[in-house]
Amino acid sequence: MSIVLEIHDLLVRLDQKIVLDIETLTVETGEILAVVGPNGAGKSTLLQVIARLLKPERGVISFNGSHGTGETDTQYRRHMGLVLQEPLLLDTTVLDNVATGLRFRQLPRIEIKQRAETWLKRFGIEHLRNRPACKLSGGEAKRVSLARAFALQPDLLLLDEPFSALDSPTRASLLDDLKSILTETNTTTIFITHDLKEATSLGDRIAVILNGKLLQCGTPEEIYSYPKDAEVRSFLGLDAR
Amino acid sequence: MDLFRTIFSDPEVWQITVLSLKLSGLGTLFSLLIGLPVGTLLAYAKFPGRSFFMGIVNAGMGLPPVVVGLAVAMLLWRSGPLGSLRLIYTPSAIVIAQTVIAAPVVTGLTAAALQQLNPRLRLQLLGLGASQTQVILHMWWEARLPLLAALMAGFGSVISEVGASMMVGGNIRYQTRVLTTAIVLETSKGQFDFAIGLSVLLLTVTFLINLTLTWVQQRGAKQ
Repeated sequence: MSIVLEIHDLLVRLDQKIVLDIETLTVETGEILAVVGPNGAGKSTLLQVIARLLKPERGVISFNGSHGTGETDTQYRRHMGLVLQEPLLLDTTVLDNVATGLRFRQLPRIEIKQRAETWLKRFGIEHLRNRPACKLSGGEAKRVSLARAFALQPDLLLLDEPFSALDSPTRASLLDDLKSILTETNTTTIFITHDLKEATSLGDRIAVILNGKLLQCGTPEEIYSYPKDAEVRSFLGLDAR
Repeated sequence: MDLFRTIFSDPEVWQITVLSLKLSGLGTLFSLLIGLPVGTLLAYAKFPGRSFFMGIVNAGMGLPPVVVGLAVAMLLWRSGPLGSLRLIYTPSAIVIAQTVIAAPVVTGLTAAALQQLNPRLRLQLLGLGASQTQVILHMWWEARLPLLAALMAGFGSVISEVGASMMVGGNIRYQTRVLTTAIVLETSKGQFDFAIGLSVLLLTVTFLINLTLTWVQQRGAKQ
């Protein structure tokens, strides 16, 4: 498998405080990397840096083998799809929302419509296509925001806690759907969560970030069987065993 | 009723009304062209002195029209820095003064409208591959209802002002006489009936325009 994303010597400082310090991290094609850590660990900061929404103090981020020097930030971001914690839908219909990123890329109208319709169906929300986004439930809105990102057919999908603020049944149903879609499409994904169950369920590998430091990265089995140190062990809740 | 019949059948009154709407419409349009981008910059850009500029804009929202009139008159006066343009006592001078009056209103309300949006929406749009221009256009769309309120406030501030129009326009018959300056003139002549008639006309025109904009705004809110 080839490497889609490679991070070296990354340091992010906000208000004089180091919020992220990663020596090296790679993501391979088709892989789902679950990034776990408590609130404020630096997980979302990592996603923003990868999406060039935040400039690091230093570090090299190589995407698809290139440092992206020949591309503008917009061109670079158009290889990706981003889903933030809140659905952040626009004040228009569901169909228009799913088509938003495609319109940014100025694709032909027919293709935009086809792709938007396809992903509405895939997420089981085609019956909502003409509904205003403001009239959706929390779960429906999350589905729309995921469909909006998948419709872009990104080389790298960035998911920042997409199941936050959902009740358990809605969360479980969406997690199942997302898992099958990710497997089916083989989409390379970085998935941020503080929920270890979600990370284990979705992630091919898990990266543990605590206090801005990437402490361990490996398969769920590796992480749970051989936690690197007491901090990781404690975060995984293995202390009590 | 006779008074209103006399007023409405007077072609000069209609000429004054049309000129008022034209000049205030242009003043509002130019203030939008200035206020939308500057307000957006103040809402999103980070630069030293941003709060200071914001304070100036907010203070400018209450700028007395006579002070604007005085400043513009001094600029356009024959011996003034822009005197060679020969704009004093022309409709263009009124448009310039009204733009100066409305621009801070539109700018301040635009910045406030955009700052009320979720700041993460901008990140989300960028994360979906939007260019900076596409982000701004979408943020304007999301804030369209308060932006319409900014438009109404801007128009309201210029259609109703008299000081600046009087000072830089000179209230010249058939050239720079607008509804507000005509009301002042008629009052000074003791023609209270005529002044009241013109006031009713001014209020009706302002009301109808704002009613239309409010209808557009509330229709958007319902959708």
